[in-house]
Amino acid sequence: MSQSNVEITQEDLQLNPNLKDKPDTLTRIFFQKFMMNKLAVIGAVVLFIIILSAVFAPIISPYSFEQMNLIDKLKPPSSDYWLGTDRYGRDIFTRLLFGGQVSLLVGFGSVLGALIIGVSVGALAGYYGGIIDAILMRFVDIVISIPSFFLLITIVTIFDPSVGNLILIFALTSWTSTARLVRGEFLTLRSREFVLASKTIGTKSYKIIFSHILPNAMGPIIVSATLLVGSVILAEAALSYFGLGISPPTATWGNMLQDAQNYTVMKTAPWYPFFPGLLILLTVLSFNFIGDGLRDALDPKAIE
Amino acid sequence: MNGTTIEKKSLLKDNRDSDYILEVNDLKKHFPIKAGFLQKTVGSIKAVDGLSFKVKKGETIGLVGESGCGKSTAGRTLIRLYEPTSGEIIFKGRNISNIGEGELRRSVRKDIQMVFQDPYASLNPRKTLKSILSEPMITHNLYGSKERQEKIQDLLDKVGFNPLFINRYPHEFSGGQRQRIGIARALALNPDMIIADEPVSALDVSIQAQIINLMEDLQEELDLTYVFISHDLSVVRHISDRVGVMYLGKIMEFASKKDLYEEPLHPYTQALMSAVPVPKRKGAQARERIILKGDLPSPANPPQGCVFHTRCPAATPMCSEQIPSFKEVKKDHFVACHLY
Repeated sequence: MSQSNVEITQEDLQLNPNLKDKPDTLTRIFFQKFMMNKLAVIGAVVLFIIILSAVFAPIISPYSFEQMNLIDKLKPPSSDYWLGTDRYGRDIFTRLLFGGQVSLLVGFGSVLGALIIGVSVGALAGYYGGIIDAILMRFVDIVISIPSFFLLITIVTIFDPSVGNLILIFALTSWTSTARLVRGEFLTLRSREFVLASKTIGTKSYKIIFSHILPNAMGPIIVSATLLVGSVILAEAALSYFGLGISPPTATWGNMLQDAQNYTVMKTAPWYPFFPGLLILLTVLSFNFIGDGLRDALDPKAIE
Repeated sequence: MNGTTIEKKSLLKDNRDSDYILEVNDLKKHFPIKAGFLQKTVGSIKAVDGLSFKVKKGETIGLVGESGCGKSTAGRTLIRLYEPTSGEIIFKGRNISNIGEGELRRSVRKDIQMVFQDPYASLNPRKTLKSILSEPMITHNLYGSKERQEKIQDLLDKVGFNPLFINRYPHEFSGGQRQRIGIARALALNPDMIIADEPVSALDVSIQAQIINLMEDLQEELDLTYVFISHDLSVVRHISDRVGVMYLGKIMEFASKKDLYEEPLHPYTQALMSAVPVPKRKGAQARERIILKGDLPSPANPPQGCVFHTRCPAATPMCSEQIPSFKEVKKDHFVACHLY
């Protein structure tokens, strides 16, 4: 009975026509379904290119992001400066690539932080319920009620708006929706029969949480995280736009936009605000499309 | 069969001062109803309200009743998935109704397992068969990894499953196949008793028969004791030795299968029996069908006196005042009714 290398016989195939040579793993099903959503695939490709070019910015970019050529101020796109230059004669293409590093780092970093806080709080509240749930969720209600953008502005004015600080601040203000979502998922999953089965086996709570409930709640969590990255990038741009984000000469898409908010610039070099704006739009849009695609691909009902 | 099972059996012999493996005394499970800003308890749903019965080693007890009568809650409370509100659960001579979770895990979980109703919900969709079946053994630190592998093969073999499927996911299997995996998982720890909570009600009739027969074979082979919860009278009749009829969280009648099905005493049991469809032969007398009026009363506010008096065709004024005691009317035939 214990042969380890078993072959599938014709008889087995007859008994179970769904049987294929290789089992359909959940990853494969997920991948197939994701590929069906064209917009999501386009989003993923665009985002992949943006991330790659941000990561390899020092290799790709023809200039240094700080290099000023004061003779070439506000030049239109040309073969020397692919996307033109800014007010100090810096290459916009180069600055966009480096700005992408910061914007994406802030986006991913804060969402990672928000996920860690949100998932922990939501998991504890949803799994244990009762008084723990009540206390944690009232705390979430309080955090949600704080006008976060003004809080952001206040904190950023008090502390130095470095990349690290920005990530911390965004993480601390955006984890609440994740916490609520995770709590909801845990509430339904904890009374599912496979979780009860684990309990009757005697599996310990932390193992039930991490190996049974969390993997099944991952779908919605990933989707919301993806969408959150987009909104954090927007929020970072908005902060920078108010001059409260990461300060020049470090480039971010937001502070490039802010730098371009100037009548002369708008009139003589309309491409300057256009490109960072376009990149923000493309990135956030890609995240949203990917989020939608993931939502469909991870929908557990379709696996059944 | 391997060493552990044999060892366990010899342990059991020391314990056989009583024939009963499980004794349930006046078990209650009330769910609080909370309301208002401060979540004050304003009442309770009496899902299980005074359940008493005894289970002999190796037999099958059937628990029947209509939806909402508390049979599933009873099963889950027996296995301590729900904390009992009061009452005793004496398993192998030891009261397990109030021991701590750690102690429960160390000494009881291994011996009582459960088979669940919905085979589509009772297996984690993200785990392969192999990890589903090895989880119990890993949790209790049984066997080395090589032996565990063999044990899994053996379990699959027992439930009639091709062992080459072990790296597959539950979604690749049909309901009946999944239920067999559920049974294999319950067997992984060599339990003495299995609580089966409507194990076949989600399956096709032909598959139901397969699963029931499998359960019977396994019972014989592994000397298992079953508590079989179902709303299907004919399934219960097929598999059980003794049957308890539940209504609103209480047992109305408890008797051997033969007594209960051939001579039901309680008006509720009689009504249930008359509702079982039987193929009618030509010339045979039509049975009298007892139709119960009204709905099951709310378990949050059960009727005074006998809980069944609101729907009972034979109710007398006394029924709405006094709670009938659960008495032995004939040998091994218990009824809670003022008629007897």
